[in-house]
Amino acid sequence: MPADAVDVAALTVVRGGRPVLTDLDLRVPAGQVTGLLGPSGCGKSTLLRSIVGVQRIGSGRVTVLDHPAGSRALRRSVGYVTQAASVYDDLSVGENLRFFARVLDVADAEVGRVLEVVDLSDRRDQVVGALSGGQRSRVSLAVALLGSPPLLVLDEPTVGLDPVLRATLWSLFHDLADAGTTVLVSSHVMDEAERCDRLLLMREGAIIADDTPGAIKERAGVDDVESAFLALVADAEGPR
Amino acid sequence: MTPRITLAVAARVLRQLRRDRRTSAMLLAVPCVLITLLWWMFRDLPADRFDQFGPGLLAMFPFIVMFLVTSVTTLRERSSGTLERLLSMPLGKGDFLGGYAVAFGLVAVLQSVLAVGISVGLLGLEVQGPVWLLTVVAVVDALLGTALGLLVSAFARTEFQAVQFMPAVVIPQILLCGLFVPRAALPDVLGAVSDVLPLSYAMDAMSTLVRTSDTAEVWSDLAAVLAFTMAGLLLGAATLRRRTP
Ligand SMILES: Nc1ncnc2c1ncn2[C@@H]1O[C@H](COP(=O)(O)OP(=O)(O)OP(=O)(O)O)[C@@H](O)[C@H]1O
Ligand SMILES: [Mg+2]
Repeated sequence: MPADAVDVAALTVVRGGRPVLTDLDLRVPAGQVTGLLGPSGCGKSTLLRSIVGVQRIGSGRVTVLDHPAGSRALRRSVGYVTQAASVYDDLSVGENLRFFARVLDVADAEVGRVLEVVDLSDRRDQVVGALSGGQRSRVSLAVALLGSPPLLVLDEPTVGLDPVLRATLWSLFHDLADAGTTVLVSSHVMDEAERCDRLLLMREGAIIADDTPGAIKERAGVDDVESAFLALVADAEGPR
Repeated sequence: MTPRITLAVAARVLRQLRRDRRTSAMLLAVPCVLITLLWWMFRDLPADRFDQFGPGLLAMFPFIVMFLVTSVTTLRERSSGTLERLLSMPLGKGDFLGGYAVAFGLVAVLQSVLAVGISVGLLGLEVQGPVWLLTVVAVVDALLGTALGLLVSAFARTEFQAVQFMPAVVIPQILLCGLFVPRAALPDVLGAVSDVLPLSYAMDAMSTLVRTSDTAEVWSDLAAVLAFTMAGLLLGAATLRRRTP
């Protein structure tokens, strides 16, 4: 596996006539949990969509696992969880997973395994529309885990979950990373930052910090990532 | 395209339809009920007008119903994010469109067999040509509806807009297909317009089948409808982008 799972160079994306990402450069190291954090509307989803290869980009280059983003070779290697739980509400949990398993050409046995992982085995026959919001987003996560892809791109997978479940999912992400999977997770909740191996702090379409949580806090001379973020923003706006 | 994936999509769409009991019931029952209503309307009139309008309705219902169902379901797939997820997977555009076409094509077979069966078997619609061919025409009409529905769903942002395409795309075809005024008697400009509308050919095929047992013209009309259907599916595939703004 390459040292960097994702390499973004000079990426510019314009959405709805407005530049959302401008001249962005970043790398996501393989086999770690990288958090993409930033306020709502700063362009996290847009960046993740570019990495998955479903975003129309203006210019720049996005390389994923040594292939151009979105290329055919990657379609089995990138597990993607969109911000909205993209599963079929009118089908049962098991039917949803079996359908995606068939599309990905992975064995039906995978369905049982991923349901175990997201702790939904007992809901297999329940219709997704009748699940709670958190359960639905776990079904969506389970789909991304099918076939154990080497790169997971997860857009706010922990939103709306209780603290216990959030902790469970974060430890799942670390278990996956320990097994060699690259996990890229977005969040706008700064207290989730501490749980990441590496952080990408984003603001208004630019990366303002790219380091370990410890290094980011140390450089800003504060105790938590949220204060570090605020300090970085103040610096950026600094003496005009 | 990969047959495994196309069939997986088709099976999934059919399963969703089966879950939605009300839609399934409407898909199958509504055309039969409306045809019966039409027969009843004309019952006390001296001339047998049901033979004149019946074939038109057999061409229209599968078309309209499939157009609506397809445009709304595919739009829902676009807006819920499931399409975005599928397009990040090894699914070809042809698999997606083909899967829908296969699923709704099967529904159309069932729907058309019922509607034709009731018209010919119960309501006494007189058909000179082979009844099975009448069913084939109805099925191809339904496929046409599916293809156009897939196409317009690309231009609609909301389900509400998708439904608005019905008066814009479907009703002109109904008005000009020869059901109300024979196509030959239309003003020149409207006649020319009607010549490029797919439903006109479906309607021609149906009325030829009712009038005569000579099927040569039916086949050429059927070929025209199929060509429109294929063109609709290809255009639909062109509007389906992996990368969206
Ligand atoms: N479909 C779209 N068309 C046009 N502009 C869009 C579209 N989606 C998002 N944008 C714009 O792009 C910018 C970045 O949006 P994005 O969804 O990437 O933000 P985000 O960081 O994921 O926010 P959140 O935390 O709320 O999910 C926003 O200013 C938004 O207005
Ligand atoms: Mg977002």
